[in-house]
Amino acid sequence: MDRYSFLRQLADSWVLLVLVLVFLGVVLFVFRPGSRRVHRDAAESIFRNETKPAAGDDADPGEKEVK
Amino acid sequence: MWDSLKLIALGAIAVFAAIAANYARDLAYMVNALTVMLAAGLTFMWVLRRMEGVRLAPNRNEYLDGVVRAGVIATAGWGVVGFLVGVIIAAQLAWPVLNFSDVAQGYLNFGKLRPLHTSAVIFAFGGNALIATSFYVVQRSCATRLWGGNLAWFVFWGYNLFIVLAASGYILGATHSKEYAEPEWYVDWWLTIVWVAYLAVYLGTVMRRREPHIYVANWFYLSFIVTIAMLHVVNNLAVPVSIFGSKSVVLFAGVQDAMTQWWYGHNAVGFFLTAGFLGMMYYFIPKQAERPVYSYKLSIIHFWALIFMYIWAGPHHLHYTALPEWAATLGMVFSIMLWMPSWGGMINGLMTLSGAWDKLRTDPILRMMVVAVGFYGMATFEGPMMSIKAVNSLSHYTDWTIGHVHSGALGWNGMITFGALYYLTPRLWGRERLYSLSAVSWHFWLATIGLVLYASSMWVSGIMEGLMWREVDSQGFLVNAFADTVIAKYPMLVVRTLGGVFFLAGALVMCWNLWATVARQPRIAETRVAVPAE
Repeated sequence: MDRYSFLRQLADSWVLLVLVLVFLGVVLFVFRPGSRRVHRDAAESIFRNETKPAAGDDADPGEKEVK
Repeated sequence: MWDSLKLIALGAIAVFAAIAANYARDLAYMVNALTVMLAAGLTFMWVLRRMEGVRLAPNRNEYLDGVVRAGVIATAGWGVVGFLVGVIIAAQLAWPVLNFSDVAQGYLNFGKLRPLHTSAVIFAFGGNALIATSFYVVQRSCATRLWGGNLAWFVFWGYNLFIVLAASGYILGATHSKEYAEPEWYVDWWLTIVWVAYLAVYLGTVMRRREPHIYVANWFYLSFIVTIAMLHVVNNLAVPVSIFGSKSVVLFAGVQDAMTQWWYGHNAVGFFLTAGFLGMMYYFIPKQAERPVYSYKLSIIHFWALIFMYIWAGPHHLHYTALPEWAATLGMVFSIMLWMPSWGGMINGLMTLSGAWDKLRTDPILRMMVVAVGFYGMATFEGPMMSIKAVNSLSHYTDWTIGHVHSGALGWNGMITFGALYYLTPRLWGRERLYSLSAVSWHFWLATIGLVLYASSMWVSGIMEGLMWREVDSQGFLVNAFADTVIAKYPMLVVRTLGGVFFLAGALVMCWNLWATVARQPRIAETRVAVPAE
């Protein structure tokens, strides 16, 4: 079989199936138990840290080293 | 040490650009080489002068907002330029005498100015808006300063140099002749370098985030950056004829070239003008409405559905061509399926206002953003419909397509960007509020009326053209010559130009308002937040 026909057949059979399954998996994963709290927290995350970065262990003011 | 290396590199670039300008085989290349020489020289001077003073290390307890401020100014400025060129070419179509072919020797013809308009509005206005807002959003949602020190400034200046090189090249005749990918090979290479830096800044910031979750707006921005990199590199594969000339030969030919071009072209719409701007929507609408997004789950599904489907929609630009029938059908089917995620996203944006609809009465900025989402919904309904082969046989090559593009570009991209600029300006410059809310209302109505004039005149004109082109008499002969349609659509072309003038006037009102916000009001907050001594 020439390369074009092989790739063509692969694309509209197995690869198509895999991509559809991955997509459905993503959708199912969104509705996993316990996701509601995570999603609410993420949705509200933009209302924090408006004016300056959150304090972190590497947030020493005037620090010189560059990671 | 590091600065010395920079100086050597910049000096070498300037010298090579001067040599290239000397040996240039065409005018566009020479002007571009001189531009590069100037840019490298100026950067050289800047680095040199900076070396003598004492420099403070960037404070990681502050956001890097200077580059966002520069981006806001560039967005507003390029917007006015892009809209102005749009009005000029709209007027040229209505009154061809405005090409001034005798005086300008063809340099200001519609064919030269049209790519200038599209690139100015998409890449200069839209691109600067995307870069500026993405830098703003990624810092706030990740609660950390931009990664990479001044690399973000390199992205800003490098991107704007790309725009200047591309725009001057178009006028002087350097073009790939690929729609929305006109810049020639060296400009493409330069954009690739800038884009890799952009990706590094963005990813570096996301990886150093101090929030556990990556907020959904960042997913959209990141998909825009990654996909545009891929599209840009593949579609611009070309072999330069000479290192001292702008001409290059594109790697693909015939229908393969056409398919690659529209795979690129439609995903430029899908990932530049849709995904990136959806990142804006998912940040600025909740912020302006002061409520979290309606459904975070829906936003994730919206994202993945868009990613899985958009990439296949390109072939609908090539119905009834040499492209294989199956490919055209595939493009059509995926375009129709795209309706679902698009409307899911539109509903998510609109429903974010549920319980706060009263704000639309008092907040013209929110009104602008909501109209943007409404136009997103309308354009993403119209697009799938036009991708159906039977509809496309009527709409393709007519003004209907132009109307469709502009209801998406002016309505969705324009309005959401204006909303973001109004949101950002008082915050970035530490002003209490915008200078004039009634000026925002004026802008809103000017832009909306302009849009309605534009879209409706192009619908009428496009459907009329399509019907006239296919009209046959009882003997089976075509009734109309092409020139008949040109004469018949004159009134619509005039109305379209008027719509553009309205839209441009609105943008000028915005620029005045943003300027007055900064210049005519006292600063109430330090833009650089003071760090408590620890």
